[in-house]
Amino acid sequence: MRADPVVTTVNLVKIYQNGGVPVPAVRGVDLRVERGEFVAIMGPSGSGKSTLIHMLGGLDPRTSGEIWLDGKRADTLGESAWALLRRKKIGFVFQFFNLVANMTVADNVELPALLAGASPREARERRERLLDALGLTGCADAAPAQLAGGEQQRVALARALANRPSLLLADEPTGNLDSRNTRDVLKLLGEVHRDGQTIIMVTHDARVASLADRVVSLLDGQIVDDGAVAAPRRRPRGTAGDVVELRG
Amino acid sequence: MRLFLLALLAKEPAHGYELKQALEQIFGSAYPSPNIGQIYVTLGRLEKDGLVRAVDVEQSNRPNKKVYYLTAAGREALDAWADEPTEGPRVRDEFFMKLVLAPMTGVADRMALINRQRRHYLSIMRDLNGLAERTAPEDRVALLLIEGAMLHLQADLDWLERCQEDLS
Repeated sequence: MRADPVVTTVNLVKIYQNGGVPVPAVRGVDLRVERGEFVAIMGPSGSGKSTLIHMLGGLDPRTSGEIWLDGKRADTLGESAWALLRRKKIGFVFQFFNLVANMTVADNVELPALLAGASPREARERRERLLDALGLTGCADAAPAQLAGGEQQRVALARALANRPSLLLADEPTGNLDSRNTRDVLKLLGEVHRDGQTIIMVTHDARVASLADRVVSLLDGQIVDDGAVAAPRRRPRGTAGDVVELRG
Repeated sequence: MRLFLLALLAKEPAHGYELKQALEQIFGSAYPSPNIGQIYVTLGRLEKDGLVRAVDVEQSNRPNKKVYYLTAAGREALDAWADEPTEGPRVRDEFFMKLVLAPMTGVADRMALINRQRRHYLSIMRDLNGLAERTAPEDRVALLLIEGAMLHLQADLDWLERCQEDLS
């Protein structure tokens, strides 16, 4: 028997009410993400990307349709059951970090692992490894507010990965990063993905999206394209050769 | 190519092969390696236009080699080039023409064109990611050139998104 997909949605719909006027944000999305897949969700602003990923994390209730996580129905869960599910299975990186302001960076990163039942020692080791990979070791004892935006975003990524979630959801995780910091984030994402981490990520950043196995494009709340990113076409062992030609 | 060679010759006189090596060394692996024949052709034209002059240098066990140096007119052309702003990239995108024209003639569906193009751009981006990873961190010129290509590609993707919003 095949393992259950990590995520399945069936005709998922979200309609916001704007002063009594229904505004459809997601209009019938069928999505299936297998274990270990890295899926990038792209599309213009207002196409429903963020709404979709928030629904997958239980942060925004669906209007109709179904959400299945690891083979279990999730859209019918109440808020507290969703909270429990997130703690155990889901890491979420928000566009605007959402770090706990009155805890140190180290505690912010360790907390989800501790809540998920890791021992203090496991949580600490995991935190040290993640902060190190993101070049943040020196920030461990700082408060989030003392960090620059790009640093806070990387802490948020470390936190989301701390409890080894079965699903990592991320909403524009490199939106606030300069290119060097983006490179660190890309490297870590590549690593955890190679280790089998399932990732669904809303991104505008083509560098990030190009690392994904699959790109889902949304337009007006519907999937208009869903397919693999083709492997590089040439020069497997080449040098930077001809960037200029590549662009040609 | 003309002005790159003038710039290199402003530094010191050189023969064709040395110019090729200098270009390769400065731009690293990120720039298409210039063809030696193309360099000689360009030098010939520069000489004809009076911007460089060549002297034959005898070599003991090989044929004479031509060493090129910059003339006063060459120096002027180089200064004029350095003083002028460089033309920005032009949007004259073949894909855009296809996108606008194809549905009119019934050749293709716009949504399919856009989706195919997006996947293609992303696969080029994946290529560039790989190139950047394989390029040594010390090779700053090459890395900057790759980053420039990435930023252009991002702009192409953003534009594609706008086309999809407005034309579909």
